[in-house]
Amino acid sequence: MFDGRVLLKQVILLFWPLISTWVQGAEKIDSCQLQVLEMLSSLGSAGGKSAKPSFVSYVTPEEIKSEKEPSRKEKHPDLLPGEVVFCSASTVLKYTQDDLSQRGVFGVLLCTNFRVSFVSDEEPTEEMLFKNKLYGENDIPLSCVDNIYGDKRKLITGGLVKNKYPSKMIIHCKDLRVFQFSLSFSKEEDAKKIFQGIVHHCLEPKSLRCLFAFSYCENTSYPGSYTVENTSKKQTVMFDSVEDWTQDMKRTKGNCRVVSENSNFELSPKMLTAVAHNHLYSVKTEDLSDTLPTVQDILLSYNKFKQFFLIDNTTEFWMSDMKWFSSLDNCGWLDIIRQCLQKAVEVVESLEKENTNVLIMEEGGSDLCCVVSSLVQLMLDPYYRTLLGFQSLVQKEWVAGGHAFLDRSNHLHLKDKVESPVFLLFLECVWQLQQQHGPAFQFSETYLTVLSDSVHVPVFTTFLFNNDGHRDSLLRAESPHTQRSPLNCPTVWDWSVQFDCKAQDLFTNPLYTEKPKQDTSVRKSYRPRHLRQLSLPSSAFKTPPKKGFFKDEADNLKKILGVKRLSRWMLSPSSDSPQTSSSVREFYEAWQTKPLDYHGLLLPCLDGPSIRVWMQRYLRWIHDVQILGGGPVAMLSKVSEILGEVQELQRQLDRHGCTLTSNHKGARPRAKTAAAVIAARSSVRLSSSFPFVTSRNWAFKPAIPTSLLQSLMVTGMPGNLADREDDGGPESLV
Amino acid sequence: MEKSGSIDSLGSKQSSSRQASVDSLSSTSTSRSDRSTHAAKTPYAMSSDNVSTSTEFSPELRGRPKAAAKVLRDSNKEEPQLLPKESVQDMAKDVTYICPYIGALRGTLTVTNYRLFFRCMDREPAFVLDLPLGVVSRVEKIGGASSRGEVSYGLVCKDIRNLRFAHKQMEDSLRKSIFEILMKFAFPVSNGLPIFAFEYGQVYPENGWKVYDAQAEYKRQGIPNESWRITKVNDHYEVCDTYPSNLVVPVNIPDEELKRVAAFRAKGRIPVLSWIHPESQATVTRCSQPMVGVNGKRSKDDEKYLQAIMDANAQSHKLFIFDARPSVNAAANKMKGGGYESEDAYQNAELVFLDIHNIHVMRESLRKLKEVVYPNIEESHWLSNLESTHWLEHIKLILAGALRIADKVESGKTSVVVHCSDGWDRTAQLTSLAMLMLDGHYRTIRGFQVLLEKEWLSFGHRFQLRIGHGDKNHTDADRSPVFLQFIDCVWQITRQFPAAFEFNEYFLVTILDHMYSCLFGTFMCNSEQQRVKEELPKKTVSLWAYINSQLEEFTNPLYVNYSNHVLFPVVSMRHLELWVGYYIRWNPRMRPQEPVHQRYKELLAKRAELQKRVEELQRDVTNRSASSTERAGSPTRSITPVQTFV
Repeated sequence: MFDGRVLLKQVILLFWPLISTWVQGAEKIDSCQLQVLEMLSSLGSAGGKSAKPSFVSYVTPEEIKSEKEPSRKEKHPDLLPGEVVFCSASTVLKYTQDDLSQRGVFGVLLCTNFRVSFVSDEEPTEEMLFKNKLYGENDIPLSCVDNIYGDKRKLITGGLVKNKYPSKMIIHCKDLRVFQFSLSFSKEEDAKKIFQGIVHHCLEPKSLRCLFAFSYCENTSYPGSYTVENTSKKQTVMFDSVEDWTQDMKRTKGNCRVVSENSNFELSPKMLTAVAHNHLYSVKTEDLSDTLPTVQDILLSYNKFKQFFLIDNTTEFWMSDMKWFSSLDNCGWLDIIRQCLQKAVEVVESLEKENTNVLIMEEGGSDLCCVVSSLVQLMLDPYYRTLLGFQSLVQKEWVAGGHAFLDRSNHLHLKDKVESPVFLLFLECVWQLQQQHGPAFQFSETYLTVLSDSVHVPVFTTFLFNNDGHRDSLLRAESPHTQRSPLNCPTVWDWSVQFDCKAQDLFTNPLYTEKPKQDTSVRKSYRPRHLRQLSLPSSAFKTPPKKGFFKDEADNLKKILGVKRLSRWMLSPSSDSPQTSSSVREFYEAWQTKPLDYHGLLLPCLDGPSIRVWMQRYLRWIHDVQILGGGPVAMLSKVSEILGEVQELQRQLDRHGCTLTSNHKGARPRAKTAAAVIAARSSVRLSSSFPFVTSRNWAFKPAIPTSLLQSLMVTGMPGNLADREDDGGPESLV
Repeated sequence: MEKSGSIDSLGSKQSSSRQASVDSLSSTSTSRSDRSTHAAKTPYAMSSDNVSTSTEFSPELRGRPKAAAKVLRDSNKEEPQLLPKESVQDMAKDVTYICPYIGALRGTLTVTNYRLFFRCMDREPAFVLDLPLGVVSRVEKIGGASSRGEVSYGLVCKDIRNLRFAHKQMEDSLRKSIFEILMKFAFPVSNGLPIFAFEYGQVYPENGWKVYDAQAEYKRQGIPNESWRITKVNDHYEVCDTYPSNLVVPVNIPDEELKRVAAFRAKGRIPVLSWIHPESQATVTRCSQPMVGVNGKRSKDDEKYLQAIMDANAQSHKLFIFDARPSVNAAANKMKGGGYESEDAYQNAELVFLDIHNIHVMRESLRKLKEVVYPNIEESHWLSNLESTHWLEHIKLILAGALRIADKVESGKTSVVVHCSDGWDRTAQLTSLAMLMLDGHYRTIRGFQVLLEKEWLSFGHRFQLRIGHGDKNHTDADRSPVFLQFIDCVWQITRQFPAAFEFNEYFLVTILDHMYSCLFGTFMCNSEQQRVKEELPKKTVSLWAYINSQLEEFTNPLYVNYSNHVLFPVVSMRHLELWVGYYIRWNPRMRPQEPVHQRYKELLAKRAELQKRVEELQRDVTNRSASSTERAGSPTRSITPVQTFV
């Protein structure tokens, strides 16, 4: 009935009884994980750079006079393997305050093939707990540069730079940091060179092989731990082999056949090496193009949204505070998040309530399909809420699923590619789920924030390619040993490349509820169900002639199967906000009345106040909104402290158990957890920006809003209430 | 006899201000016509809920000892479990409650002298609506008899919900509808009946009226000291009838001068100390506006007095006067004899306006907020709708004002004087919030009770007028959610500093619920003088008696006592959010399935259990090692006491 061209992007079969057993297995793996990570980190540091920090501190601005003598010696950051300095300028002033005062730190500004780096003349003061090994707090990976502004906040675009350079350069980063440099104290020649260098390397089109990953990997004896047979199975499932898919089918008790007809990427360049064929019976289709915003809409909305957080002027910040809620509303970003979550809930409803398969499709099949299908799995399957499970999910749905990371993040600044923060949108949705159901997730908010940053670090194969085939061919071509093994690059999941073990401890959520050990009798009572969800790409590449090619296929498929459409609202994505169908609402309410099971189905509340701004990611760099001594970390540190105590007590008990029975020295103390890391520092000294910003100067002043005076416009009040006196008595009403 | 007399006087105090609100009547009618334009969205202006699960939040259930609550849940009767001295006044079968979330429910409605109780037995579990009559703001008969011969009634409640009932038209036209009975008992003050707090006779282990002892609190602050003394000049409330009897004033100002200062301050509310910094001796003082008037009158006594306040703090040669009002309003007050301190007259003083609006603006803002959140949240433009109510903007201004005060005292080591017009609304908000930021004691459960008793109750925030206990005059212009706003601000700070407060969210909700419920005497009357006169401590139970009888319910399991740590909240809109757990709690969708603190409690319980087991083992081992001397490094050595970071 269907030939090989009916391509199933992926097939997920969820079979509840099995999942519970599997998750138990996953726990065992967890406990081994620490040791593995430790091993990895030792390997990683061997090939990495030395531990010397490359960051500088914000010394109190008063101590710095702009007339200060330039430093005696030029400094370099600690370069990574394969990193080459293109150009540099000394006596560059980096502003330490975001107001218009000329206060800052002098130092050297460099541009390498990996980053823009500022090396302060001052000595670094404090070791950061949460230090990224690849780049410091004054480094910006080239792919992380978002926009560059010159004097009078004029947007700099590549190509237009001639022989001029601005005296002040503002860099907005994709991780929302804002840097302001003054070039007016540097030698003209140097200033011109560094400015042009930065603009050229950050904004102008380049070829893929110019990305730092290639020279980095050629120069690192990267152990390639993920291909090492023993470790790979205990790590993130990469979904790059038939075995991985078969394993996953087994895990979910799927009734699918894994096929490898596409092992040479011949059917479609986007297709997987391993594809599963499903036995199609009852199927609903859902065309996301009809109901969700396009990738362009997503970009547009996000561009508006991010502006609220790229703050280079305190006065402006407080001015914008007045209209904060309506601005947030108008940019539509939260609404897009809500729509994606809602769509996922609808799919879950079909799977759960109606036992039907759902076929999600869109033109391209690798943007919103990835968002929705991964969200669905996150809601249904507790395995994906563990750290390794989540990484496997991203690997399966996004990397193997052919999300065009390279084009969507537009590392190469090519004009014909559609840039769009689709993956970030997914992480935003995950964050919402995590906020609403904290204990259900093994990973922390910090983990998600770091993951969202890592997309812009051009080192990891995870985010550098458009699909598996693309990756394989490029890594093979770039390999120094042609004909032999392809170039070995780290994936983002090898967190030891970026963070040491201690920092990685912050990736886990101390409040995660481990799956309680159930007796088997309970498990057997589950009714076996066939819950399937599949999605297929409806076109290969977005080239016009091929457009709609797979759409026809899908339509054909729909016709043959006689499927019903899932969409009940036919509102176009441009319309203001689709109303939640009453069915979804009822589904949520019915779920809500059941007892909460963190290892069962999770649904998000979609009502207005429930969808919120990801504070940690967006507000972390803004000094004025840092809650010193407060924020979620205050709670976290207390929880960690209690957990630490519980562990310590448990250890004591264990030890006693040993001494009492065998007189043998008890088991070794367990490795320190995130608990200890945070608890070790008094939470009073932490801020809501933890762990990204450390509050160095505790003698702080509260941020007093500057534009309070012209604040409220209480006009058009009935009876001119504002002019009336507090005392309601007759005399005051005169 | 004595009792009913006291209630009468409560009522008569009301009547003085009651005619005042002609103007506000029109504003209420505007609000009603607003509602009818929204008819498509909300079919009826009145409607409501309280689903069976929400009994968790229904104050009266909590307001009773746990055992009784349990009985209620177990019993399958149609009547409520009555409190001591509570009696059923009327009961009607086949009443329809139109719940905005579930739909029409048919059941039995009971009205007592304390509560309204509705029970629908058709559902599983049975649906119960149980609310104290004190929360009812007004009862309205909606329309005439419908085609089905039903009459419907709407109840507008003070706690951000509306309830709608319907029942068959009475065949016997002489018989009173249950809603007429309800109106009588919902507004006892207007009907010459006693407020239920005066009847309620529950006995609690602790006498909540003893929580606050002014002298003890000042002693805690180190007062009297060389600069400040406690004066008895207001012992009989003769200098100022809205102030407490204990006042703290500068040592070198004799009582006679105080009386002359009182003449220059509105309602005689002279500047008195609220809080003193334990190290710098910088103080927070509060008062009412000076009676400057159009001619710019001056008072040498008042000027000398403020100078004395400044001199009491050796660290600073400056005094900040925070006028809570917008400058325009402060200036307009000169027309009525009031005004603000001119910097010419008050040397070394700097005047700052905090731009906080008056009680009428706040009332209007809350009315809009209720429209936005109840019964359902409109899906589109939630945030814009929220912004249009200005509610959070008002919260921000109040918090910003308190932050500036706390900053001047803490960072600037400068004394501050805070006032608005009368010094009992905005001033109370500002001083109590600043004190909450400055002094960790007020962040404990008992400390917070002291703070409320001191800054709000003893300094004469007019609860009776602002809430309108038992009074049917719902359009009274004196009503305003000033205290609710303060609690909202407290909640915002607890959100930002989740480990800095000993109490939890439920504590704040409970205080608000019982402010309306009229079950406890705490929020009755307008001033200390009235409370003494009504013998409230003798005739009513204090809310703190109830709360302190089950502290674990109200305790934040993650509380870390940072003692001397000052909290500076961030007053950006980015960090303010609508208090869903209060304003939207009737909406079942917005209710969390499992309260977050539940998990923390489990964790603490686990720790306690382990601690116990370790101690047992430790004892065991000690006993053993005592009998058989083993190695030197005996296991007992390794059992170091668990280190606590607190």
